[in-house]
Amino acid sequence: MNTAISVEHLAYTYPGVDNTPGVTVFEDLNLRIEEGSFVAILGGNGCGKSTLAKHFNAILLPCGGKVWVYGMDTSDEDKRIAVRRSAGMVFQNPDNQIVANVVEEDVAFGPENLGIASPEIRRRVNQALTQVGMYEYREHAPHLLSGGQKQRVAIAGIIAMEPKCIVLDEPTAMLDPRGRREVMETVTRLNREKNITIVLITHHMDEAAKAQRVIVLNQGKIAADGTPEAVFSQVELLHGIGLASPDTVELCWELNQQGFALPLDSLDPEECAQILYNAVKI
Amino acid sequence: MLKDITLGQYFPGNSPIHRLDPRTKLVLLVAYIVALFLAVSWVSYAVMLVFLISVIAVSGVPPKSFFKGMKPLVFILVFTGVLNLFFTRGETVLLEVGFIVITLEGLARAIMMLSRILMLVTGTFLLTYTTSPIALTDGLESLLSPLKKIRVPVHELSMMMCIALRFIPTLIEETDKIMSAQKARGADFESGKLMERVRALIPILVPLFISAFRRADELATAMECRCYQGGEGRTKMKLLHYKRRDFFAFGIGVVLVAVICVLRRFGL
Repeated sequence: MNTAISVEHLAYTYPGVDNTPGVTVFEDLNLRIEEGSFVAILGGNGCGKSTLAKHFNAILLPCGGKVWVYGMDTSDEDKRIAVRRSAGMVFQNPDNQIVANVVEEDVAFGPENLGIASPEIRRRVNQALTQVGMYEYREHAPHLLSGGQKQRVAIAGIIAMEPKCIVLDEPTAMLDPRGRREVMETVTRLNREKNITIVLITHHMDEAAKAQRVIVLNQGKIAADGTPEAVFSQVELLHGIGLASPDTVELCWELNQQGFALPLDSLDPEECAQILYNAVKI
Repeated sequence: MLKDITLGQYFPGNSPIHRLDPRTKLVLLVAYIVALFLAVSWVSYAVMLVFLISVIAVSGVPPKSFFKGMKPLVFILVFTGVLNLFFTRGETVLLEVGFIVITLEGLARAIMMLSRILMLVTGTFLLTYTTSPIALTDGLESLLSPLKKIRVPVHELSMMMCIALRFIPTLIEETDKIMSAQKARGADFESGKLMERVRALIPILVPLFISAFRRADELATAMECRCYQGGEGRTKMKLLHYKRRDFFAFGIGVVLVAVICVLRRFGL
């Protein structure tokens, strides 16, 4: 498999205001994200996950080390547009990333910036809106949509640029459960059907559990990295950095503290129920 | 309460006026205003009025909405009317009470000024009622694009207008939220003297401004992420095209101005 994003010895310090010292986020971070994979980056507040996301898109540039996006160096000014074109980014607040006051005009914003011909933009906009299930709303005003719908429009705006990778920075943090489900379904479908690399930054464990790979960040360092099952079974480690495993794993872990010997890799409630059933059957 | 505010309200529709190219409508509005200021007699005013009423009829916009839109202008209308009525000198005195003298000429002038303002505003409303804000900004950008040569930032201005329009509902919603939050903590916006009420608005404006700046910052990042680099090399999804009806409308505009000029020439 090819590498989509590669982070080598990344160091980053937020510049301080006036004479105060800056805040160092990363000292030496190494990371490789494969093409076509679905990676979740987890971490508590201030662990550097959003800072990392902004490096994937050349919004922030490394103070030391390199970030490569599809073989392009993000600090190379000539490649900046190409980098942003390959790695699209969706932010937390859908209201603050919608530019136009008609849904389809907003989705067209990215392709218009790329200087694509008008019929091709129309095709991409229709396709992107269909993919996120918002085609019927193409002539609506964004402020009349629900949070989940707005976030899907924002995702459509990114897909219309036809990126190979989408970085989502806590896309569900401001949404209700229904909106969260809509967004997560859209994201998983894009990964599965279009083979778009997904980097999902989140602090919802159950969202991370849907990924193929989970990376846990703590104080600018990788605390755990592996399949969701492998990462979430390290319950003590997660607790130590102020995180929790999904409820199913937490339940089994609590029971283990009371003397059971249950496996800690059930991320699905059905599976967990089966494990519990087997444990108490005798 | 703030939700009732309507700014440049657009009535979606499919009338011939709605379907005109926004540039055509803008040019026609300018022609209409020029004609209005060239009109000097009752005859030419009547021509203008007939034109205006027929366009409104074709547009299908409910006439009531024009009156609603006039409400904020009542003060200016009354002021202009009174000023012209009392301060125009003339020979035929209609009424004389103390120092107030009302002449026939004053009355005629007041009525003329009022109808000029009313027709001017109605015509402008007709444009915003039948053209979506985005079409309007597109039209303006396209019409003003020759100014790019003398370094007028036309694209930037239209982008700013577009974003401002996009954020009006969002900021209104936010103002509502802040007001509710302040009311929940005992703020009083509805009673007291004018100055007290104005002062009560400060605690709303401060958080509103801070949040608007934060939004602006996030929006700028999001726009950069979507490869925005200014107007250069940018294309448009919806291209503007003049169609047959646009040329027809231009023709009507030319005829209107010509008729008014001819009438003026004959002192009508």
